[in-house]
Amino acid sequence: MRRAIVPLIALLSLEVLLLAGHPARTVRAASDSSAKVAVTIDNFNFTPGTITVSVGTTVVWTNKDDVPHNVTNPDKEFKSPTLDTGEKWEYTFKKAGTFEYYCTIHPKMTGRVVVQ
Amino acid sequence: MADEPKDVIVHDHNRDGVDRRGFLTCMAWAGTGLLCAMKGGVLESFAMGSAPERASGAKGAELAFVQISDSHMGFNKAANPDVAATLQVAIDRINALPVAPDFVLHTGDITHLSKTQEFDAVEQMLKGLRAGPIHYVPGEHDVLSDSGAEYRSRFGKGSLGNGWYSFDQKGVHFIGLVNVMDLKAGGLGQLGHEQLEWLEDDLRGLKSSTPIVVFAHIPLWSVYPEWGWGTDDAVQALAYLRRFGSVTVLNGHIHQTLQKVEGNVTFHTAMSTAFPQPAPGTAPSPGPLAMPAGKLRSVLGITDVKLMKRNHALAVVDHSLDSEPAS
Repeated sequence: MRRAIVPLIALLSLEVLLLAGHPARTVRAASDSSAKVAVTIDNFNFTPGTITVSVGTTVVWTNKDDVPHNVTNPDKEFKSPTLDTGEKWEYTFKKAGTFEYYCTIHPKMTGRVVVQ
Repeated sequence: MADEPKDVIVHDHNRDGVDRRGFLTCMAWAGTGLLCAMKGGVLESFAMGSAPERASGAKGAELAFVQISDSHMGFNKAANPDVAATLQVAIDRINALPVAPDFVLHTGDITHLSKTQEFDAVEQMLKGLRAGPIHYVPGEHDVLSDSGAEYRSRFGKGSLGNGWYSFDQKGVHFIGLVNVMDLKAGGLGQLGHEQLEWLEDDLRGLKSSTPIVVFAHIPLWSVYPEWGWGTDDAVQALAYLRRFGSVTVLNGHIHQTLQKVEGNVTFHTAMSTAFPQPAPGTAPSPGPLAMPAGKLRSVLGITDVKLMKRNHALAVVDHSLDSEPAS
């Protein structure tokens, strides 16, 4: 089976991506602290809108829109540079907590990372 | 003035004893613009059919200016791979107006990514305008990386705070507002406390008969909050403006013309010179709209505004970039 040979990390990323279109849904991912989890920025949405990861997980945001976005935590824990079309930015969550974020250019766009 | 009475909508705002000789009458025609005329104290709003050329005839104008918006220099995606070319067409349209405008308003998103070379390109191109000075307000795309420092050093000299200011010309009071800074998660455009205080103070000495033109990037009315098309604290600004008999609010940001008359306030949004965006709620997101081949210039444009001598009319007329230059 194809799934059996896909590395754990890729599998988890795939699982996350399959949920595109349900930004409000909480996704549990990455029990492995070296894991990477993908969030897609598409149609002015962060997808998935909420992800739950373990401490040490790196989250990778990719902008697939034709306009720039950014990933900003209002408490200044993290802020990406402006991401133009196709650009990626990643951040490793080293402590537990719930981290809200939004795009300061289009502040209606919000997301959340729950780190356990 | 309207040739097609069936399209005329008249809003009668006579409701108090205030001297309205200085007030404006506004005539709007769906989809393409609005025509404002001072007329015996009645604010009128006309949906007009086929007579925009009446408003654009500049011979009787005592004040004429043009609004351009959302040039997005640096954007190069499918919706418009060459935004410099369409900005140049807009400049050519302005230069072809029968009377050179007293000034030009740029209502923001001058650049796409706030890059120095993008600012340079627009600045260089706009030197080709045959018009008076250019007054700017920033869009969110102009303040991406440095809280607007580069924008203000180039285009906001003499402005206050994040770039707001006012000036008077031919008896009309113009106010440039900034509603793209320090936006809060989940929110809309924002003017902020400091700017609102300044606005209240700026208006204090003015007679209620003074015509007011307010310009800002994000609409100051709630166009479509789901897409962020509105300004959270605009209600407070509009409260300060309520006593004035004629208030015209000019915005950009949504890359299409929309207008609304609310009391004595007429709201109008301009086309972009770069790319269109979908009508509110008609697409999954407000992202750039790719048009069928040959149609792009029909949805880009400039807005030309004149205060007319004969009847003190403020005429606001949109011209798409594929239309014939105004005559």
